[in-house]
Amino acid sequence: MQRKELIAKRRLVWQLISFALVFGLWELAGRWPISLAFPPFSKTFLALLRMTADGSLAKAYLSTAQPLVIGIVLCGIAGIGFGIGMGLSRTIEWFSLPVFIILQAAPMAAIIPLITYIYGIGLTSKVLAVVFLAAPVIVMNSYKGIRNTNPSLIQMCRSFLGTRRQEIIKIILPHAAALIFAGLRLGLAMGFIGIVIAELLITPTGIGDLITYHSSVADYPEMFAAIASIIAVAAFAIHGLQRLEHKLFPPEIRGSS
Amino acid sequence: MMPAEAIVEARGVGKTYDGGVEALKDVSLALSRGRLNTLLGPSGCGKTTLLKIIAGLIPPSRGEVWVKGKKVDGPGPERAFVFQDFALLPWANVLRNVAFGLELRGMPKEQRDDLARKQIAEAGLSGFESSYPHQLSGGMRQRVGLARALAVDADIILMDEPFASVDEQTRRKFQEELLDLLRHKQKTVIFVTHSIEEATYLSDQIVLLSPRPGTVSKIIHPNIERGGRNPDEIRRDKNYLDVVDEIWQILKHYVV
Repeated sequence: MQRKELIAKRRLVWQLISFALVFGLWELAGRWPISLAFPPFSKTFLALLRMTADGSLAKAYLSTAQPLVIGIVLCGIAGIGFGIGMGLSRTIEWFSLPVFIILQAAPMAAIIPLITYIYGIGLTSKVLAVVFLAAPVIVMNSYKGIRNTNPSLIQMCRSFLGTRRQEIIKIILPHAAALIFAGLRLGLAMGFIGIVIAELLITPTGIGDLITYHSSVADYPEMFAAIASIIAVAAFAIHGLQRLEHKLFPPEIRGSS
Repeated sequence: MMPAEAIVEARGVGKTYDGGVEALKDVSLALSRGRLNTLLGPSGCGKTTLLKIIAGLIPPSRGEVWVKGKKVDGPGPERAFVFQDFALLPWANVLRNVAFGLELRGMPKEQRDDLARKQIAEAGLSGFESSYPHQLSGGMRQRVGLARALAVDADIILMDEPFASVDEQTRRKFQEELLDLLRHKQKTVIFVTHSIEEATYLSDQIVLLSPRPGTVSKIIHPNIERGGRNPDEIRRDKNYLDVVDEIWQILKHYVV
């Protein structure tokens, strides 16, 4: 127990050192200066505090979160459902697998003007941008999770007279759960990319608006504060999901390795 | 021991896999009730395929299998399978794993847990009911696999190289338990192995299969006197050694 605490303490120290190192280098580079458009860490941090205090950051996140959450929930329900369907049925797999492979490989930013052309510049387009980026990895992970079920477990289920329904509910789905959840996590990461691209390319709203506005009026500390904050938020969200994933599906009891 | 009444019969069973590989060819045999029958042969002789055909997990390409006077067209309640890789649910504890066969049959939870606890105790796993498979040794995992098969109270236990992934000491202990089980429960066991000693030591009847495509090469009844003797005495028995040698003389021609 004591040893564990010691290791945890030591790890915390290293983490603090690494943060100090990165921020210190940033401060130095800003003061050098590398470029007039690159503010030191201290100024960026102050800008972040200002934006937090005047509420503009909170307002921006509220408006960014909306299409992101709607998009991820849509993908979470329809995407996982579709992936499971593809995994269970050869017919669904046959006509939809190519679509998702292409979607996964296609550079999605190129499609955004097309989305805007059809759906305008409102919420729908932004939700679609999130969906187009997040759906392929969510669908493919669910599909692979289903397909990778240990065949020996399926044979076991059949040999003990399990029906197809029991096979799906008691073997295939629990076996795939960890991979499906991992897909959701990767999907959220893609969703963050999607929403920022949408907010920069379609109409500036939310965090995208903060970035473009402050860049256009040369408030570089504010611009960098907005960029750094969205990176931090995305990283924390993904990391949180990863911790949850580890807790829900510890590697030793998850079906798929 | 004379051959008893046949409980499992294969008639002209053949299996050709989708890729055109012929695994089994014209296998006909009769396995006796209440006895331990072994399918023995070199790797790739189709012994596991034959076992899974008897289990109803794989349909034969030709011929048919009859179990207790009924033609096999799928798994049945009178057969239970023990898997080489144990096939335990990694996310379920020992109790649920042992009760899983009963769970699939729709038995109420309390009733099946009671039955499973009894099997767990008989398998020497008391105290491990709420452990997960990854916390158990290979030998203990296979005990769980065997307890699951016994819990559904099938007449026929099909075992696919059940001791292949456990160490030698555990293996010998298992063999004793298996013989014990047979003495007390009147189960018919069909056992796949590639170990000549194991087959000779355990079996009432050995079906020797030739390499691919698997055919019945010889049927041997070891007739080893076991009554009251300890395992080491049996392993020094002349009859035992003769049978081991007889099988080896046949099998060595298959080794390239």
